[in-house]
Amino acid sequence: MGGAAGGGETEGLTTMRYIEPHGHMVSRTTDDYQAMVTAGCQAVCEPAFWAGFDRGSAAGFRDYFRQLTEYEPARAAKFLLPHYSWLCLNPKESEDLGLAREVLALIPEFLGRPNVLGIGEIGLNRNTRNELRILEEHVDLAVRHDQLILVHTPHLEDKLKGTRLILDLLRGHAGVRPGRVIIDHVEEHTIQQVLDAGFWAGITLYPDSKSSPPRAVDMLEICGRERIWLNSACDWGVSDPLAVPKTALEMRRRGHSEDFVDAVLFRNPVRFLSQCPKFTVRAEPAA
Amino acid sequence: MVDHGFVPVRAKLIEVAAFLDRVERYAVADDFRCAALRRAAALLVDGRPARARRILEQLSDPTTRPDAVSTGKAALGAWAGRPAAAKRKA
Repeated sequence: MGGAAGGGETEGLTTMRYIEPHGHMVSRTTDDYQAMVTAGCQAVCEPAFWAGFDRGSAAGFRDYFRQLTEYEPARAAKFLLPHYSWLCLNPKESEDLGLAREVLALIPEFLGRPNVLGIGEIGLNRNTRNELRILEEHVDLAVRHDQLILVHTPHLEDKLKGTRLILDLLRGHAGVRPGRVIIDHVEEHTIQQVLDAGFWAGITLYPDSKSSPPRAVDMLEICGRERIWLNSACDWGVSDPLAVPKTALEMRRRGHSEDFVDAVLFRNPVRFLSQCPKFTVRAEPAA
Repeated sequence: MVDHGFVPVRAKLIEVAAFLDRVERYAVADDFRCAALRRAAALLVDGRPARARRILEQLSDPTTRPDAVSTGKAALGAWAGRPAAAKRKA
């Protein structure tokens, strides 16, 4: 790789750098950490999410937040990989308003932890009234504590309606600054409205749903590369923790420059995440 | 572009065709998701651009108000319409 701004080249060996801005590493193995670092990952960011079952108590969430802020960063550090986290109650668990508010009350005590970047991934799941109420309370919390926001948009047939409801809520909130909010899992039918409203957009690369590497590069070519990041959202489901670096191959096949690859895979997420002073990876050209 | 992309996409198109044949053989082709897939497939050959966006829109819930309560079930990939209109088979 010979790009002036990205990666590095040592005796003909191509290297690249990228950020995994959305990976649920608590559900991955140490082999995945090793593979990601080998592929050039410079930092991984882990939003709070659904465990695959509804947690039964606020104490269960407290343990999970400790895992995200204490144990998982230590596990990543064994592979020399900086680990950051986002905290929230996932929208799937918002129907129980009582439990949701107990969990919301827990979050502030964790916001000062050194690897916490903000509130996320909040959002909607089935676009219900209770989900919207808890989303709004999460946004209030983020604004009160001057936190970055990471938003999950719903799955499949619910994504278009959910994205519109989320945009309406965020645009109607006086304290929200769009440049400090990323709306994730966009696809062809939602990306432009997210960007037009001034928010960042995340494209998730999944084998069977959301986006594929070719479709992600199509969206970059059509919508431009500003305010967009790519992520694998790897978790316990069908997903690929190396989906982001693999997408670099699709960019190169189409003739995009190494600077383009570096901008999308590394400099863009660094630019957004550096709005939190705790994110210390910097976008200087690689040595 | 075509050299690299054609064979993988050809395979996916044949998968779609075989799936539509299969659901007919199993007599479940009137499931609302299969009907949605047939309607979406028609957009592939209408000669207009933005096919991916338009197919995603066609498979989406077009309503605008939040639902009163969650069904507790996962999304299915196509909009079932009003509950009474949804016809789901195996």
